[in-house]
Amino acid sequence: MRKVPITLTVNGQSRTASVWPMERLLDVIRQQLALTGTKEGCGEGECGACSILLDGQIANSCLIPALQADGSEITTIEGIGCSEELAAVQRAFVECGGAQCGICTPGMIIAAVALLRQNPEPSEADLRQGLAGNLCRCTGYMRIFEAVMNACGEGRLRH
Amino acid sequence: MRAYIPGYELCAPKTLTEALERMAAEPGRWRPFAGGTDLMVLLEAGKLHHRCFLSIWRLRELRGIMIASDSVMLGCLTTFTDVLNDEVLRREFPLLAAAAAQTGGVATQNRGTLGGNIVNASPAADTPPALLVYDAEVELLSSRGSRWLSYHEFHTGYKTTRLGADELLARIRLPRNTAGFLHYYRKVGTRNAQAISKVCFAGVRSQPSGEVRIALGSVAPVPLRCWRTEAAIREGGDGLAALAAEITPIDDVRSTAAYRLRVSQNLLKAFLHS
Repeated sequence: MRKVPITLTVNGQSRTASVWPMERLLDVIRQQLALTGTKEGCGEGECGACSILLDGQIANSCLIPALQADGSEITTIEGIGCSEELAAVQRAFVECGGAQCGICTPGMIIAAVALLRQNPEPSEADLRQGLAGNLCRCTGYMRIFEAVMNACGEGRLRH
Repeated sequence: MRAYIPGYELCAPKTLTEALERMAAEPGRWRPFAGGTDLMVLLEAGKLHHRCFLSIWRLRELRGIMIASDSVMLGCLTTFTDVLNDEVLRREFPLLAAAAAQTGGVATQNRGTLGGNIVNASPAADTPPALLVYDAEVELLSSRGSRWLSYHEFHTGYKTTRLGADELLARIRLPRNTAGFLHYYRKVGTRNAQAISKVCFAGVRSQPSGEVRIALGSVAPVPLRCWRTEAAIREGGDGLAALAAEITPIDDVRSTAAYRLRVSQNLLKAFLHS
């Protein structure tokens, strides 16, 4: 077996990497591209900490062999916003206390962005379904839901 | 323990023909790799024993949902999200849509495929019971040609199937004969999302004709179409007893045989009264 070159568009920039074909995209993102905002939780597609947008769709980067990502467009948490200019969802997480220990936060934000792009005014049921693949080990779900609802301007869960 | 990643081969043929030729040239060496939602979990656990895979994810020939007047043809790479986004499937095959909606979270639904769900051959998979009650057929394709099987004949035992070493499950066909049917689907797991089934029940019935079709997951070595239970119900016999005789649930990490039997019978009752 030998490594193969792949080309990715990551957060709008063209990047290349040399990968083992079955290497996890998560490891390529974190180790080769040095984008450590994407976290590893369970490593088996249950927790969503490694969520990214792959060609616009949310995906668990721990379950994608690097070879399959060749030629695709990837958005990681670093592409959603930066500390100088946070995205609306990120600002809402800060304001609502949507982050506690922080491990799930990048994945939660990605899931929230994926949901709101498809459905800008989600019901609470839509929201729960949209974030169902992301686990928060601090169990801070209510504030996370509140943050996402605030981000879409409705504040329906505010109390 | 994690697998040794450089020990695995993954190639991406450019066309379906090329993929089939490679599978034919070295039968058994190459296995198809679709969205990876099952295989990558095994890899991570150090339990992916096969080493050489062909990535079919980008093969356009295996994608798409085609609606004909009498049937719906699904490429094997149809994802759960594709199922949920298709209006005809949602309307005429709601159990398939329900199964898709209850498989993993959105990220898994975006990558998991119907073909993978079938070929992975887990008795706990969520779409097979729905496919069984809709009388699905599957196309097994190789460079030798194509053959169609009734899906209920596809699984031969625990994780064994009729798929030949050079064959790929290419398409799934659903006959459009469900008009006027009542559809019932219930997945019983530890939580609503991200859980693997303890029991999964799919049933359709038609009030006027008396036709009834039932299939269950996680109660036998294979996803099970319950022909004898259906016959008992049609003939006015004891459906619950027939179901108890037909399924063979076991104790395992997710549940017990006794619980699965009780839940299966309760779901049958709920279905018949729905």
